[in-house]
Amino acid sequence: MCLGIPGQITEITNHEHKLAIVNIGGVTRQINIACIVDEQHPPEKCIGDWVLVHVGFAMNRINEQEAAETLQLLQEIAQSYT
Amino acid sequence: MKYVEEFRNPKKAQALQKEIQKLSQQIDKHIKIMEVCGGHTHAIFKYGIEELLPDNIELIHGPGCPVCVMPKGRIDDAIALCQNPQIIFTTFGDAMRVPGAKSSLLQAKAQGADIRMVYSPLDSLKIAKENPNKEIVFFGLGFETTAPSTAFTILQAAAENITNFSMFSNHVLVIPALQALLENPDLQLDGFVGPGHVSMVIGTEPYEFISQEYHKPIVISGFEPLDIFQSIWMLLKQIVENRCQVENQYNRLVEPAGNKNALTAINQVFTVREKFAWRGLGEIPNSGFKIREKYAQFDAEVKFTIPNLTVADHKACQCGEILKGVLKPWQCKVFGTACTPETPIGTCMVSSEGACAAYYKYGRLSTMAKRDKSGVSPEPLSV
Ligand code: SF4
Repeated sequence: MCLGIPGQITEITNHEHKLAIVNIGGVTRQINIACIVDEQHPPEKCIGDWVLVHVGFAMNRINEQEAAETLQLLQEIAQSYT
Repeated sequence: MKYVEEFRNPKKAQALQKEIQKLSQQIDKHIKIMEVCGGHTHAIFKYGIEELLPDNIELIHGPGCPVCVMPKGRIDDAIALCQNPQIIFTTFGDAMRVPGAKSSLLQAKAQGADIRMVYSPLDSLKIAKENPNKEIVFFGLGFETTAPSTAFTILQAAAENITNFSMFSNHVLVIPALQALLENPDLQLDGFVGPGHVSMVIGTEPYEFISQEYHKPIVISGFEPLDIFQSIWMLLKQIVENRCQVENQYNRLVEPAGNKNALTAINQVFTVREKFAWRGLGEIPNSGFKIREKYAQFDAEVKFTIPNLTVADHKACQCGEILKGVLKPWQCKVFGTACTPETPIGTCMVSSEGACAAYYKYGRLSTMAKRDKSGVSPEPLSV
């Protein structure tokens, strides 16, 4: 029940209630982004962000740099076997 | 799909499998690793991950399925609430089939109770606005992953002054459960695969006691097959190098201090209960969230009379042993006979994240039994 799914924010629909549209593998849905906004990162800056969606909320932003580094490490391990 | 498919790449999985094989050869004992989270249990079965591990690496399926650990009494309390004709009861679908003493929410719904499944707790607020003459009670459950969403829902209800909404909080906490497990002398564990999505909320710091006081390694892990393989590889590396640390495989989502907004919302709305009963594990101190007095008007336990039932677990059910990792599902006498996903006796058979349901569904009995060092027959015994 702790599952979540990655999606990308495409549009802010309600600033006051912090609602946004997220695209999850081609399907769009409205979610709440209260967990991922602050002064440095107001709603309008969230467009384009990849987030983890759980029960109608963006729970956290996906750190694209860290994701790339993890994949790079796995790539290096895989290469050592080819 | 981005951030999903890349972490399912078979070539990289094979390479990790070989790395794991190499490390396992440097360890001359049987290693037991517990995956704490039910989401991991599900993924491990779905992708057959345990079968791809060396014989001396065993996975123990932990208590991390909030539906599986919900005691019968709380389900009966929920059903009692649903009998009030004023109440529309809203819940995540996961809780519908969990058996109480006599029935489940699904059965109560079939008998006429107004129970509605929602995708998000926020949906309950919409239902509350559409039904001003009814009382909407949301069944708040889940670990720290889900608690921010229910906390924000209560904050929003307060901001919008929605007076016909309340929540029956059954949130449970991972850290106290891990502490209780680690205190159990029956449990022989060599390390943990830590819950990724709980940790995205609470961070990695709360796990430090596991390495410092109990000297066990833990790796916080994502949920895709490569995440889980990489986490097991990182754990074995710690074991080979004689380290016990909190490591983070899931750093694309988990930061050491967790998510500040989520933690603030949780803190505003909830306070820790002195104790909470877990199915199979008994009462665990400080292991649940209740709603703070400040938000008492949104607390169904304050607003309504709740019978507060305590019901003993079914005699035949060994969910407690399963959740502690002491027994394997097929060692329960009613597994697959009296207890199936259609007619579950225990909660481990209800949710697809429960160990019993996973074994039942993915039928990995023969291979698993071959690996199992206890030598117990995997054939389910009749009652
Ligand atoms: S098979 Fe059923 S009764 Fe036995 S431990 Fe699993 S869920 Fe409980």
